[in-house]
Amino acid sequence: MTFFFQNVINALQWGSFYAMIALGYSMVYSILMLFNFAHGDIFMVGAYIGVGVATVLVTLTSSGAIVLPGWLILVLTILISMFLTSFVGMFVERVGYRPLRDAPRASAAITGLMIGIILETGNLAIMGATRVKFPPIIESVTYNIGGVFVTNKKIMIVVISLMFMFALHQFVQRTKWGMAMRAMSFDYVAVPLMGVPMNTIAAMTFAIGSALASVAGILFGIAYPVLDPYMGIVFGWKAFVAAILGGRGSILGATLAGFLLGFIEIFVAMVFPSTLRDLIAYSIILLILVFRPHGFFGEPYSAQLRL
Amino acid sequence: MAKCMKILVLCLAIGLAVSPGVQAAEKAIKIGINAPITGDIPKVGEGTKFAAQMWLEDIKAAGGLDVGGKKYPVELVIEDNEAKAESAVKAMTKMITEDEVIAIVGPQASKQAIPGGEVANNYKTPMISPWSTNPDTTKNRPFVFRGCFLDPFQGPVLANFIKEEFKFTKAAVLYDVASDYPKGLAEYFRQAWEKLNGPGSVTAFESFTTKDADFSSQLTKIIQSGAEVLFTPQYYNEVALIVQQAHELGWKNPIVGSDSWGSAETVKLCGKDCYGLFFSTHYAAAGATGATKEFIDRYNKKYGYVPDDVAALTWDSIRIVQRAIQNCGKLTGDIKADRQCVRDAMAKIKEFEGITGKMTFTEEGDPIKCAVIVKISDKGEYEFYKSVCP
Repeated sequence: MTFFFQNVINALQWGSFYAMIALGYSMVYSILMLFNFAHGDIFMVGAYIGVGVATVLVTLTSSGAIVLPGWLILVLTILISMFLTSFVGMFVERVGYRPLRDAPRASAAITGLMIGIILETGNLAIMGATRVKFPPIIESVTYNIGGVFVTNKKIMIVVISLMFMFALHQFVQRTKWGMAMRAMSFDYVAVPLMGVPMNTIAAMTFAIGSALASVAGILFGIAYPVLDPYMGIVFGWKAFVAAILGGRGSILGATLAGFLLGFIEIFVAMVFPSTLRDLIAYSIILLILVFRPHGFFGEPYSAQLRL
Repeated sequence: MAKCMKILVLCLAIGLAVSPGVQAAEKAIKIGINAPITGDIPKVGEGTKFAAQMWLEDIKAAGGLDVGGKKYPVELVIEDNEAKAESAVKAMTKMITEDEVIAIVGPQASKQAIPGGEVANNYKTPMISPWSTNPDTTKNRPFVFRGCFLDPFQGPVLANFIKEEFKFTKAAVLYDVASDYPKGLAEYFRQAWEKLNGPGSVTAFESFTTKDADFSSQLTKIIQSGAEVLFTPQYYNEVALIVQQAHELGWKNPIVGSDSWGSAETVKLCGKDCYGLFFSTHYAAAGATGATKEFIDRYNKKYGYVPDDVAALTWDSIRIVQRAIQNCGKLTGDIKADRQCVRDAMAKIKEFEGITGKMTFTEEGDPIKCAVIVKISDKGEYEFYKSVCP
């Protein structure tokens, strides 16, 4: 039984990364009807920015210039990195997607792939091929609860990601900007005619998605402190799967699908040989999609003949 | 141009004038060194050259190489292969056909040693690559030898070490199924371990794919299986993640690795989590004793830094050549016959006491030798722990 609960803990941590990245995909997809394939690489850039910010703060603290406790360094790292990474997202939107908004969908899709490659190789050129270690901001403490091992990091990762998901949900449901985004996802031809600024909303969507990706990147760096420029590719693909599985534009859907993906991956490896993990895990997801082609919370008729 | 010609003629004249003087003594034994002095890995070339020159000093101090009661002067022919396969072939051909070397040490990296070995074998000239671990270098080439062990060899060595050191009977393996080196080594380890401890003694044989970062479900399974030791033949970036996650899941037993751990990056990325763990490799500078320490100190004093595995393996290889020439008993002066004689003597070398371990050559020209087990110290240094033999 401890074996089972241990894997639940493992899956919760793993799933929160998928969920947070899936949110970024899902938002862009619902509002602009395009797949931002560069999102996995924005996640990577966010993690690297997090390393930079954290390193500066840790150095300042250790040199005595400012004295910050570990948790405050973490909070500051997350906030500053979110702010910086959101500009990366807006920049990507401005140079990559806005000029191509009326271009065929396929062109917009490959834009994402190209921007992804540019971000990866750009990082490779700047930082080199050596792996980067995420600075240890908080000391890892392991708790043994009846044979199930939980670390303070794992609890923190799950709590922080759930907090951000909840905040995003509130933003989209309760604010005027959120309402504009929802309206836009409903019909992006008519809504701008009503005076909703298309460009602002699009930029904001990218900024929010990227900020979330950077939070995911930092939490990822804390859990798996070895970063490389290509870390976002496969991760991005899988989060994309979660976004679609959750249903277009559904925050709840993307969150649940992200966690589901984490659970499926971990539990498949628990039962079957780990070599077959992804093979079996993604066959299961394919099956789910066959029976629910619009995902969990997707609305079948919202697409308004845009494509 | 005319000036060039004049100098050339002058040189030739001097050469002609001087050469009879050399001829008067015993004809010098020439040993070729094929090393990447320039190119991508100049540090490897430097280590090779320095080790060879240090050896030559010893020979000169002894007044030449004693073969069958006669003292022969020794010359080194050092050729640069620029870390390129084609240059290695060119250098090889030149040394064999023009310089008439009796044996060749190098090339180091498999990329140059495989084509270089073909040339040496075709010309029936004994060659020993100190550093090349690819099986193809020596395969079906009676004239080609090597100074280091092959990758697969570490599996049984580590199985023996764990068995003797900890008396464990249950082991788990975690490896990357998409990469040749870890996959091969994981299989070899499993075979060796099951031979020692019976079927079923590998309680978990778990894999992942390159780029994976989360190993929690594999590690949970491994811990659940009751394994007493974890073997993971991975590279430094994965080692850091695996070790840390294992500890976070409550694993307290030893984790053991292979020579792919040997990069300085391992400790940099892994930090305190890796302290106290073991891995196998060719040679360890810290904590060395006896002849190995003597070599390290001498090299360090002369060149100002601690020699790496290339220098140590080159030192052993050139001394194997020396031993083979001496075992030959008598040099005829006919270079072809002498090369054959050196090759046969080298193949017969048994229990050679090298600074990287005791060596005996197999049919293929690969040494059966002991590996060094390194312990990562509490300061994060790679310390010699013990020598383990197959």
